[in-house]
Amino acid sequence: MSIDKLIAEDQPASFAFTEENEAEIVKILAKYPEDKKASAVMPLLDLAQRQHQNWIPMKAIEEIANRLDMAEIRVLEVASFYTMYNLKPVGEFFLQACTTTPCMLRGSDDMMRCIKDRYNIASGETSGCGRFTLLEVECLGACVNAPILQVNDDFYEDLDYETTGKLLDSLEAGTPLPVGSVKGRQGSESEQGATSLTALKAEAEKV
Amino acid sequence: MLNDKDRIFTNIYGWHDSGLKGAKARGDWDGTAAILKQGHEAIIEEVKASGLRGRGGAGFPTGLKWSFMPKEVGARPHYLVVNADESEPGTCKDRDIIRHEPHKLLEGCVVAGFAMRAHAAYIYIRGEFVNEARRLQAAIDEAYDAGLLGKNAAGSGWDFDIYLHRGAGAYICGEETALLESLEGRKGQPRLKPPFPAGVGLYGCPTTINNVESIAVTPTIMRRGGAWFAGLGKENNTGTKLFCISGHVNNPCNVEEEMGIPLKELIEKHAGGVRGGWDNLLAIIPGGSSTPMMPRDVCDTMTMDFDALRAAGTGLGTAGIIVMDKSTDIVRAISRISYFYKHESCGQCTPCREGTGWMYRMMDRLVRGEAEEYEIDTLEQVTRQVEGHTICALGDAAAWPIQGLIKHFRPEIERRIAARKSIMDAAE
Repeated sequence: MSIDKLIAEDQPASFAFTEENEAEIVKILAKYPEDKKASAVMPLLDLAQRQHQNWIPMKAIEEIANRLDMAEIRVLEVASFYTMYNLKPVGEFFLQACTTTPCMLRGSDDMMRCIKDRYNIASGETSGCGRFTLLEVECLGACVNAPILQVNDDFYEDLDYETTGKLLDSLEAGTPLPVGSVKGRQGSESEQGATSLTALKAEAEKV
Repeated sequence: MLNDKDRIFTNIYGWHDSGLKGAKARGDWDGTAAILKQGHEAIIEEVKASGLRGRGGAGFPTGLKWSFMPKEVGARPHYLVVNADESEPGTCKDRDIIRHEPHKLLEGCVVAGFAMRAHAAYIYIRGEFVNEARRLQAAIDEAYDAGLLGKNAAGSGWDFDIYLHRGAGAYICGEETALLESLEGRKGQPRLKPPFPAGVGLYGCPTTINNVESIAVTPTIMRRGGAWFAGLGKENNTGTKLFCISGHVNNPCNVEEEMGIPLKELIEKHAGGVRGGWDNLLAIIPGGSSTPMMPRDVCDTMTMDFDALRAAGTGLGTAGIIVMDKSTDIVRAISRISYFYKHESCGQCTPCREGTGWMYRMMDRLVRGEAEEYEIDTLEQVTRQVEGHTICALGDAAAWPIQGLIKHFRPEIERRIAARKSIMDAAE
């Protein structure tokens, strides 16, 4: 994809980190050797994105480059290489749907169909209401809880057509479902109850 | 089946407190200073004696890897880097260690870092694990507050810092030198080796990169002894391992089991069996998406360890087991893996950048049978042109699943091509 397609046409005229984030930047820079400030480019891009409605304007790229004594193009190169940096606006709910093989085998097609049925959007598009942006993503690393839909920072797991609908209902209503498995199973244990560590669990419960 | 008393990750499902108090109750941070008192070499020898092989995919002996670090610290500091960029399709074990057993990882960093004479560790966690990163940072903060990290870590006399660094959605950063590039603030494009990281790694300093699971098991190995770990599993494939069982099983789950457990037993005891029964099994990808699949007859007698899987032309990889029953569109399943590698190629080496796209477009046509039969051989030849001709193993990882498909399911590909031809002929 050419870089212009990744970058928003409408750009704000300025960008400045908030006071709170300035304090955060001090903490971030302390993690790396003093002469290796470029290491902070990823955390700073993340910070800028979180401060700016989940996308990074070019003015922030400029600001980060100045901060870290990097050429602006080096910062943009990083911002465009890594898929989690948005260089144009996304909806309030950024839906990242995993469709890689382990999710595919567990029904990610149905999850995708549900999202499309409701908002008539394909990957990379934003719903008419402007609240939902869909992105088809690669393996989210929660395969035994497949399929997975990441909504902003949170993983929703074990979805099917119906529960995807319930999840979207809950987001629209402003009362999101609890994060994690929509089947209510804990972590990565078997839905029918764990097959290991049960002796230790019983012991712990006795105490 | 592995006895609960021999399981290392006793809170893998998150039933108990993952914080410091809970971790200590489970035995973490118990006598860390005494472990360090044994000395750098003694720790490395004990880990060597345990037979631990790297849990990130390659299976390289962990103790041996540590021994490659210089024995004297010169002008350049030593670094431990923990690879928590878990992104190999089928793999989700490190996530559970990070969110439910973070202190095992942190204590492991102190032990391993000390063994290789490092005073700092960077943990590189994949960007999507936002909540997991928060949990891990909370554990780090807690460990600092309790004096377990920082100056005189855990009262050992050794200063040790741990820093968390979040990635941002690039699978390639799981490759150790791409990870270092990323950590230094650049695109994650792998470096040529040599020089190896143990000589020239992070910031040009001696560095060892280990997987989360490899590091997290070391404190337990030090407490219970290398011999205990070596007594589990099989010769040259020792200890316990976290297995991730996904796909067409009744109860997908993660579970810690003994290395060398029969695949069928693992799936039937822990994952509720294959959907529709073992006879409904089509094929299994045993160790994350890059390892070639095994058809059912191979699965019948396979054991889950590095050597047995390697002998069968595949690999244990990350132990991310992807089960596919007879309802699977096997060509599409592999085509989707090809798309994954196309998407994740960093673009540095021509055979991979061009080859992954070419292979995916070919696979996509094969899903619908839109090809000539000879193109199957062409595809196979292209996979051989990509394999082994790139700086890192992503090219290989993209080639192997297709090779596995052609090896075991060529008749299915041919059937689709013939079916499409007959439809086209009928239409004329």
